[in-house]
Amino acid sequence: MDEDIIEFGLYVPPHPHPLLSPEANNGYGRLRAAYDECRKRIEESDADLIIVYSTTWPSIIGHQFQANPNSEWVHVDDDFHYLGSMPYSFTMDAEFAESCVQKAESRGLQARTVNYDAFPIDTGSITALSLLNPDNRLPATIVSSNMYANRSETIVLGKAIRDALTEGGRKAVVVVVSSLSNRMFTEPIDPSEDRIHSQKDDDWNKKILEFFNDGRLEDLSQLSREIHGQIRVQKVVAYKPAWWMAATMGQHNNYTGEVLAYEALHGSGGAVIQLTPATGSVGDKEFDEDDVEYYKGDREVLNKGMLE
Amino acid sequence: MPKGEIVLGALAPHPPHVVYAENPPQNEPISEGGWETLRWGYNRLARKLETLDYDAIVVFTPHWQTYVGTHFLGLPRFSSKSVDPIFPNIFRYNYDLQVDVELSEAMCEKAAEAGLITRMMRNPDFRVDYGTITSCHMLNPKWDKPVITISSNRNTHYYSPEVMIEQALALGKACREAIEESGKRVVLVSSHSLSHRHFVTESPLPEDMSREHIYNHSQYVWDMALIKLFREGKMKEAIDIMPEYTEQTIAETEGGGIIWMMGAMDMPDYPAEIYGYQSVIGTGNCIAAWVPEPDAREIVL
Ligand SMILES: [Fe+2]
Repeated sequence: MDEDIIEFGLYVPPHPHPLLSPEANNGYGRLRAAYDECRKRIEESDADLIIVYSTTWPSIIGHQFQANPNSEWVHVDDDFHYLGSMPYSFTMDAEFAESCVQKAESRGLQARTVNYDAFPIDTGSITALSLLNPDNRLPATIVSSNMYANRSETIVLGKAIRDALTEGGRKAVVVVVSSLSNRMFTEPIDPSEDRIHSQKDDDWNKKILEFFNDGRLEDLSQLSREIHGQIRVQKVVAYKPAWWMAATMGQHNNYTGEVLAYEALHGSGGAVIQLTPATGSVGDKEFDEDDVEYYKGDREVLNKGMLE
Repeated sequence: MPKGEIVLGALAPHPPHVVYAENPPQNEPISEGGWETLRWGYNRLARKLETLDYDAIVVFTPHWQTYVGTHFLGLPRFSSKSVDPIFPNIFRYNYDLQVDVELSEAMCEKAAEAGLITRMMRNPDFRVDYGTITSCHMLNPKWDKPVITISSNRNTHYYSPEVMIEQALALGKACREAIEESGKRVVLVSSHSLSHRHFVTESPLPEDMSREHIYNHSQYVWDMALIKLFREGKMKEAIDIMPEYTEQTIAETEGGGIIWMMGAMDMPDYPAEIYGYQSVIGTGNCIAAWVPEPDAREIVL
């Protein structure tokens, strides 16, 4: 059934170097080539929609879906402004975004569409959409990453998007924009000397890539908290991309995985990975973390269940 | 040339709600008001600033987040539209601001001499963050003074609150030296809230004040403890409890704004002027000012 609504999933890095300076380092060039290959694969696929989940678009009021049919502006990255500006013009699927909001609300989530002239689309989404869908051949929507959301909310968000895909009879390419290890060097570097920030980050990244290669997405989703503790700078409450990707792609391990590139981006782990729903599987394990269908809020655990 | 000086340092929270509530012509959405306690406090401080003689406003903002050092605005003019990525429904503001590039470069240079990683931002397409715009609009709605924005380096998450404090203090000291050498009279702005837990839902009318309150009592108690230290002029103590305060209230102080400002002002030991405290979508917001010249100092609230 996944093949009906998900053509394939991509995991891509958020930093702008593959778009703005692919020639500065052979690794950036290889990431760019991997992006280009994915662009071709999208063109050759039956997908009619691209859904982007971006870790560089935080939200507070629930979950926001980009719905401006013509999202246009010139963006400049906060850190890497010296690499150049990023003009963009994206076609968003307003109807699908609206359907996602309805489905999210019916699963207990707070959600809304965003459709404003000059809205600041984030660096990660711009890099991904510019390279994967340069001529707006397919319409897209971008989903924000709620600052306070943890696992259950993120899983339910993915399921809501599946509901919208199923109801609309759509077929999507799912794009997660996120680093693996996300620690960057805190000083300027010569791009030609870029490398993963530490051996530990590199080791963990390679372990994660093994899982991706084996198509073990649900296993990665189950390992999210461990990954967050080990190789993520604690900027947000949790490492959510694998939760969202797994929930949106069907919560199992039945994928054909391919790591197209893995390189350093100012010290962080940048990878371009494709996961395609398949029939074979390494098998589903007994998972520690519960599944959840409906989001019931914070449930006020602190003031309930006390002994009278 | 007389030595330059800091004439006032303001803690100036930037929830875009206060600009929305003011209905200035630059902001597209229209409101029925709201958050008066903060806005009237801001209006009062803006009137005081009109009576002070100063050349430029220097803003430290948590919404220009840099990981590779501290960045400074480096072109004479920025004009664009700022749309808040989090609250786009209430903040879509057309701005046109002048930058004191000379002073910006001088601060950048001094900070580099002090061992900090720095960079000038010279991309003309760069959009100035909404923290800068909100604080500056509320403090100087005429926009008749040049502005310098300093980015916030994310030391707290990358290293620890203690590392962040050391670096923010060093940055503040470097900025003070640059200001003194410039001969200019400068207003510093530390643009941020105090406690920073938001509600994740919004009422149909965002300015419906029957729904507005602090996220929880713990946030309130911590905010009051900090403001008490402001009132008593105990800024060293305030900075000392900052790591715990920030952790307990997930405060926006994590960016280092007020610490930078206290470093620049040589850790004031005199009472702050308090202009107001109010919650915005659950967060705690205090407007306060530190005035080095005793004759210009008032008891406001
Ligand atoms: Fe803020």
